[in-house]
Amino acid sequence: MNPKTLRSLSRGLSLASLLLAIPLWALIVRLSGLPKFILPSPADVWTRFLVALQDGSLLRHTAFTLTEILLGLFVGVCFSTVVGYALAKSRALETVFAPYLIASQAIPVVAIAPLLVIWLGNGILSKVIICSLIVFFPVLVNTIIGVRAVSQSLYDLMNSLRASRWQILFKLELPASLPVLLGGLRIGATLSVIGAIIGELVGAQRGLGFLLQLGNFQYDTSMVFVAVFMLIALALSLYGAVALLEKIFIKT
Amino acid sequence: MPPFLSVRNLSLVYPDNNGGLRALDDLSFEIRPREFVCFLGPSGSGKTTFLRLLAGILSPSAGEVNFADSRQPKVGMVFQQANLMPWRNVLQNVILPLELEGADKNEARVKAREMIELVGLKGFEDSLPRDLSGGMAQRVGIARALVHDPDLLLLDEPFASLDALTRERMWTELSNIWQAQQKTVVMVTHSINESLFLADRVLVLTQRPGRIKLDLNVDLPRPRNDDVRYTSHFGKLAKELRGAIE
Repeated sequence: MNPKTLRSLSRGLSLASLLLAIPLWALIVRLSGLPKFILPSPADVWTRFLVALQDGSLLRHTAFTLTEILLGLFVGVCFSTVVGYALAKSRALETVFAPYLIASQAIPVVAIAPLLVIWLGNGILSKVIICSLIVFFPVLVNTIIGVRAVSQSLYDLMNSLRASRWQILFKLELPASLPVLLGGLRIGATLSVIGAIIGELVGAQRGLGFLLQLGNFQYDTSMVFVAVFMLIALALSLYGAVALLEKIFIKT
Repeated sequence: MPPFLSVRNLSLVYPDNNGGLRALDDLSFEIRPREFVCFLGPSGSGKTTFLRLLAGILSPSAGEVNFADSRQPKVGMVFQQANLMPWRNVLQNVILPLELEGADKNEARVKAREMIELVGLKGFEDSLPRDLSGGMAQRVGIARALVHDPDLLLLDEPFASLDALTRERMWTELSNIWQAQQKTVVMVTHSINESLFLADRVLVLTQRPGRIKLDLNVDLPRPRNDDVRYTSHFGKLAKELRGAIE
């Protein structure tokens, strides 16, 4: 068998195993006889999904959460790559800031999320900040590793050709560390979904986290399932988007 | 003819906890325009350091490096490993020096293709470095070092990482390229054969701290081919160099 058919076969198998979970779930619901507000059947969830889709609420809330995620990811990634680059280039800066960075990791973002909502209100700002905080560290670490790994002899080459600082940044450091940077972004993208949901659960009037909590309070468990599946879809799409970037930009 | 490059009392000390590591000690010499000069020395004689000084990547601790028109010349450098950018294909790697100079894109392309052809890699323009053999990658490095028409070509043991047969073939190729391009070349190596085959002049460096032990004029006729290595004169020069190396 050639690798291509093998790959499509294994992809087909993963899909089949996923699809198999649905009848299994339906079977469990039927056999256990659990009420709908404890464990809804796939059909219930599907119907709830269609209703939420039709009244526009699902898309509205998803769009809101997605905006928070993308803004948070953007702010977090921009900030952490700039800081990471500075730390990678300067041992002195690293020595000064390392304790803060490590301490910041010791504080769970979940624990300070309520504080941020109190300080920044329950609008979009607090969610964006929570998102970027959770994204910050992995991207920062990857930036430092990526920039430090650029080979000294390539720096020698650029210097022997009298390259400017900007040329070294854009023609050497950025492309050389891109694989590691995108690796950080990949982790960051999935974490940012968690960040947005934490923010929304703590206090929000919109978003999938809000929908989740609403469903919870109203014993609309099907709605909770719909929200959870939407979140999974969001996380997977973001992950896929980063994987696509890697495919486009990384040839080696 | 005024010298292309004159080095006076050049010293380099690397700072360390022990009062500094003396890499080069009081070097003085001159290099004429279009001369091919080889620095021969054991490992740890500061050869690479010395090239980095000439390339202007490092500054000397004492002494001075002066160029003919008292400006830093355009430099082309070939490294021990090919030192290519793995994310760029052959053409993009070769074009880099022109790109940094801000040269016209189309002209740069034409020039780079010419160089790729000169080093015998026509047809490999779109290949990535990982798909090249060691010898091919090193040729790309040589093309890259020549593409922007540098005043000074610096070679840092360029063939050390190649197998013996490829290495000898590359000597002939480099020799031909040099004859065609007529650049001033400074090469460091630890191979006596290599230095004699390629250079007009060989300077032997001592163990660290590097000093000049011998300045030997290589009066072998050009163009040189493989046969020159089996002449008695070659043997005599090789013996003299061997004697000077500790």
